[in-house]
Amino acid sequence: MEENNNESKLFVEDRKIVVPGEVLAKGIEYLPGHDTYKINNEIRSKILGLVKIKNHLINVVPLSGGYMPQERDGVIGEVVDIQPYAWLVNINSPYLGYLSLSEGVEEFVDLAKSDLTEYFDVGDVIYAKIKKVTKRKDVLLTMKDKMCRKLRGGTIIRITPAKVPRLIGKGGSMVETIKEKTGCKIIIGQNGFVWISGKNISAAAKAVLMVERESHTTGLTERIGKLLEKELSNVDKGDENE
Amino acid sequence: MITEIDKNYIREIINTGKRADGREFYQFRDIEIKKGVVKNAEGSAMVKLGNTEVIVGVKMEIGEPFPDTPDEGVLMVNAELTPMASPEFESGPPDENAIELARVVDRGVRESKAIDLKKLCITPGEKVWIVYVDIHVINDDGNLMDASSIATAAALQDTKIPKLEGDEIKRGEYVGNLELRTIPIACTVVKINDNLLVDPDYEEESVTEGKITIVTISDESLCAMQKSGIGGFAPEEIYKAIDISIEQGNKIRKKYFGE
Amino acid sequence: MRMSEEKRFDGRKFDEMRELEAKANLVERANGSGYFRFGDTRAIAAVYGPVETHPRHLADPRRAFIKFRYNMAPFSTKDRNRPGPSRRSVEISKVIKEALSAVIEREEFPRASIEIYAEILDANASTRCAALNAASIALAHAGIPMRDLVASCSVGKVNGQIVLDVAGEEDTEGEVDLPIGYVPSENKIHLLQMDGIITKEEFKKALELAIKGCKVVYQKQVEALKEIFKTYENEEVGE
Repeated sequence: MEENNNESKLFVEDRKIVVPGEVLAKGIEYLPGHDTYKINNEIRSKILGLVKIKNHLINVVPLSGGYMPQERDGVIGEVVDIQPYAWLVNINSPYLGYLSLSEGVEEFVDLAKSDLTEYFDVGDVIYAKIKKVTKRKDVLLTMKDKMCRKLRGGTIIRITPAKVPRLIGKGGSMVETIKEKTGCKIIIGQNGFVWISGKNISAAAKAVLMVERESHTTGLTERIGKLLEKELSNVDKGDENE
Repeated sequence: MITEIDKNYIREIINTGKRADGREFYQFRDIEIKKGVVKNAEGSAMVKLGNTEVIVGVKMEIGEPFPDTPDEGVLMVNAELTPMASPEFESGPPDENAIELARVVDRGVRESKAIDLKKLCITPGEKVWIVYVDIHVINDDGNLMDASSIATAAALQDTKIPKLEGDEIKRGEYVGNLELRTIPIACTVVKINDNLLVDPDYEEESVTEGKITIVTISDESLCAMQKSGIGGFAPEEIYKAIDISIEQGNKIRKKYFGE
Repeated sequence: MRMSEEKRFDGRKFDEMRELEAKANLVERANGSGYFRFGDTRAIAAVYGPVETHPRHLADPRRAFIKFRYNMAPFSTKDRNRPGPSRRSVEISKVIKEALSAVIEREEFPRASIEIYAEILDANASTRCAALNAASIALAHAGIPMRDLVASCSVGKVNGQIVLDVAGEEDTEGEVDLPIGYVPSENKIHLLQMDGIITKEEFKKALELAIKGCKVVYQKQVEALKEIFKTYENEEVGE
């Protein structure tokens, strides 16, 4: 059998499901991207996911799994502990977020006079940005970015982190639709925590969960529209009966 | 405690085809075997494998047979990694390492059929001899598996069957030897930087990419195997490990067990 | 003996496996789950994590700590299996844990731990193989990065014959039992246990047959994993 070992070859099509260990491509023409590895001139997948080929870069996008902190992600978290100069934040990952005093508060804080709980207390929910993830997975958070703030009231629902891009939709279309129809404020953390606040929380939450459940099916936008119409008309009736 | 520097040093030496203590890849450390080291045991042996030292004692007790083998004696192997032997061992019930050690030694003896368990039946379905083999680690400088296997074979070879008067065991009086039909010997082959080596010492164990223990018997058959540790073996590496184990097993049987 | 020149106790050919079944996504609360069946032997496995490691002193600053438990349900055996860990289950848990640890990209999760639990629901030989197969599926389903799946099956020697996937009387009357765990992409054996007397030549034949069996198992695992996300193929995703 004749075989040219230097020849590059692609073994999968774009947007196909692959499993860990599956050969995606061989040869120098292709580059191993996210969640892939290269061994013996072959690029293989590390995870169960969807292949994304951009030019010659081969990525695999996860469809399941927990949240792994990445720099520049916006995340929603709950303050779970306070240290002398920092807050520890549960960000739905195996690693707690670390919000130092200087990254958490703009003004000068005199610790002799004030207490960190005056800014964020245990149980407070915040939207923060991930400033840095170290090699040993220390996750350093910051509040010095747009949208970063304490989230007051409302509710938090959890979705699979892998579904976050689907909830956002193309150019933010999906979440904008839900916001518009329900009049709710919605903030999505890349970590799968979704904060919803406003009058029609329950309708918005149902829509978010529907996206999580059915994101991969066609005609979802229409179904979300129908769901919200139904939910919102129920709310109106409920109001009338009161 | 072995530092990363030590580990790199061990790997580098092995890459040059040598070992830190000057041994060949397929060479055991010096073996010393002393039988009859425990007066109160029906059989015993102390084995030194370099600085690794284990004592195996055999106690014979009377008990009930297993329901599925009413006419056979019972073999029980237990291992204790005493905190004395290494700073890594803790007191308390046996951990997974101690259990694995005992069970692999047990399989070697049991599956080799070295002991004729039928000869240990006193009253079928009621009373049989129970052979308790207890492995006691005195010093862990690596390769407890092979040291324990050799010590177990030696201790069983040393074992005498006590005299019985009714239900009472007359300790110190014997009716004969527990005869061994074959000598099962474990040989553990480890992989370091894709090289196969036998009888790893403690430092070498810290850098192994998996190990495979192969128990051979006098006729060169295999009777038990166990791959352990993190790291895999290609089929050819396993076949090679088998050849090594047969050769090493034969050497040990010839030199120390009079075969 | 009901074993003839060509056929086995249950009518299978010497190199024939029992009916295999693989599934993923059965345990709702877990991050991932899997199921594997060899004939009447059934195992289910679930993965939790990566999560923070408890107790803290077990945390490894360089890689994830892998916890694995193999457990037989009390009703899974002919005589009731007393609940709780036995020496046998501790040993099996150790070797399966080591096989899985070798393929998981543990360095991606320093200090964290990945917990894997496998339960044998019904036992008719090869339970550790079923547990390992189910656990591999569960890990992949949980989105854990790994170099490959581990596929497992056993071979035996029965009346002097090397047979694939021992079951029933072959398990109790056979001379040799040899379960292996195989990683196809590397062509390496990551789990191997053997008991019973076998020659080197017979062992070679047995290992070759076992690897052949593992490749069949592997296909089943891959199919089960692809099945759960089948509908996601070709979709457009917003960024």
